[in-house]
Amino acid sequence: MGWEGFLLVVLLLIICVNSFNSLAFLTVENQVNLFVLSVEKIIIALIMTFIILNAEIDLSVASMMGLAACALGWMVESGTSTSTAIGLCLIIGLVGGAFNAYWITIVKLPSLVVTLAMLIGFRGLGRVLIEDRSIRVFPPWFENLGQQPILGPLPLSILIFLVLLVIAVVILQYTGFGRYVYVIGISQEVATYSGVRVARVKTILFMVSGLISALAGILFSARLGSVRGDMGLGFELDIITMVLLGGVSIFGGAGSIYGVILSILIVLYLRNGMSLSNVTGHIQTGVIGVILILSAMIPNIKSWLESIFDKKYAP
Amino acid sequence: MVKYLSQVRPEKQRELVLLLLILLVVIFFAMMIPNYLNARLFNRVSTSVAIMAVLAIGQTLVVLTRNIDLSVGSIVGFTAYFVGQQLSHNNEIEPMVAVLMAIGVGALMGGFNGILVAYCRVPAIIVTLGTMALFRTLLVEYSDAQTVLTVNLPQWLLDFPRLNVLSHGRLHLRFVVVIMLAVVVLFQLFLRFSSFGRKLYAIGSNPEAANNAGFPTQRIVLISFLLCGALAGLTGFLFLARFGNITVVAGIGFELKSVAAVVVGGVNIFGGSGSILGATLGAILIDLLENSLIRWLQISEFWRDALLGLLILTSVATDSIFMKRIRLYWAKRHAPSTS
Repeated sequence: MGWEGFLLVVLLLIICVNSFNSLAFLTVENQVNLFVLSVEKIIIALIMTFIILNAEIDLSVASMMGLAACALGWMVESGTSTSTAIGLCLIIGLVGGAFNAYWITIVKLPSLVVTLAMLIGFRGLGRVLIEDRSIRVFPPWFENLGQQPILGPLPLSILIFLVLLVIAVVILQYTGFGRYVYVIGISQEVATYSGVRVARVKTILFMVSGLISALAGILFSARLGSVRGDMGLGFELDIITMVLLGGVSIFGGAGSIYGVILSILIVLYLRNGMSLSNVTGHIQTGVIGVILILSAMIPNIKSWLESIFDKKYAP
Repeated sequence: MVKYLSQVRPEKQRELVLLLLILLVVIFFAMMIPNYLNARLFNRVSTSVAIMAVLAIGQTLVVLTRNIDLSVGSIVGFTAYFVGQQLSHNNEIEPMVAVLMAIGVGALMGGFNGILVAYCRVPAIIVTLGTMALFRTLLVEYSDAQTVLTVNLPQWLLDFPRLNVLSHGRLHLRFVVVIMLAVVVLFQLFLRFSSFGRKLYAIGSNPEAANNAGFPTQRIVLISFLLCGALAGLTGFLFLARFGNITVVAGIGFELKSVAAVVVGGVNIFGGSGSILGATLGAILIDLLENSLIRWLQISEFWRDALLGLLILTSVATDSIFMKRIRLYWAKRHAPSTS
């Protein structure tokens, strides 16, 4: 049984327990609501999967969310039309991602350091734009975007997530680019000598990461209807937790997007189930932390048990 | 100049460059801000550096072994709250006992990280990401949404941050700064001259080779996490003494700040090279910039973080580009002659 199988069993278990615990769990409103509440994080988790598979990391995603949201608020406040501002914010995301990629692929600094610096830097730029105010200037159509259902019970943000999910699965599993992501993650040297354009793949990944983070920031401000400098603070850790819990190796090259989808569901259902049984948010975070550590230990425990078993029954 | 520099080890050059940078920053702001260079600047910066430097030293120990500890912020918060709580319930606790209590609680938490990393073989970034959330949850549960208030704390603790060892006019050498200096000297000597210290470097530069050479790799990694936790505990105590009012958000973001100080200080994030002195200078540089930018009226204080991010990038980039060349040059000059 692979890691995905194990996650599936855990997921089914959580669904069973949740449905027994609370009648509200399986209702459509609750299901949609629990996705809407974390849609920004799970959108970014998709691209983060690519980046961690590539043996890199992007800690600056949440700050880019904040920067895009602040830039949006600032531009709309100073008279730009909202749709133009959205386009410009997406460009900011691309440029920010390219900036990260420059330091990583050309100056050849570790991505942990570069994106840590930009975690501080992007957040700082956002603060420069709107300082410590809270901006609430958006036209009604933009605020409706975040909440109003447009297809059945699903709001736009969920639809965007579903489309991106399909694109991510197709690219990672069925295209040459997806194979490159894995090969680079397994061994960058081998990839280089096999003629894979490593720098180009990494640049694309970080630029898309910036773009998606900016998109998530825009969706977040649409959902909240206002913009503040500390939006999305600390989200990067939740996002990375989701990806790692999905069985993606922090050293790159191993794991699959299906595992990440399952772990997203596990995290959301677990949090929702705990909320329904009145467990506070802080305990929920602690539980997720423990599960993250346990999930990384299970393969080790398994191989340890196997070695004991082998010794006992060796011919 | 080049001739003199080539006599100095590359690691020392890095520290000299940092020292120079700190001087440049001071000169720059002294020209920009009227009445910048005064005793209050030294007093304020040295006190706030004391907190971050002690934490950065702990982080250095872990980073040297090619690991990372993202849970230090939560450890600082927990110990600060825990000790504060104990002291407000019982004002009779001796100062020394309170310090030891903070260090002990921190070491316990660091040891927990260390066991998971060293013996259960879980990557450090995963373990400490998990325990960052876990320790914070413990704090929230333990505190029961209460706050440690200054009014309940014993008088000696409130006086502690303003306790001076030496005074020259209005220039004060605070006791907390002396604690920091003691920690710096102790660990710098420890890493430089003890066999344990050298083993930390060996494990960081090549874990496999260290293992094959028969080093007790697991135990050493465990001890490095334990020490990091203990120093984070000490930081928690200093934090409590400085701020007095402790809520459940105490120390949030310290983990990234400490990593930033370590990286600016020239410690390789992939382990194996760097020094305690460097990390301390990194902490000083960052703190000095933060404290100075706030007072610089030309630009809004909100530029602080944006500039800080850029500073970290450029300082690491300089390190990777120039230090590589300097090291090659040094290696060539000091290579054993082949004749």
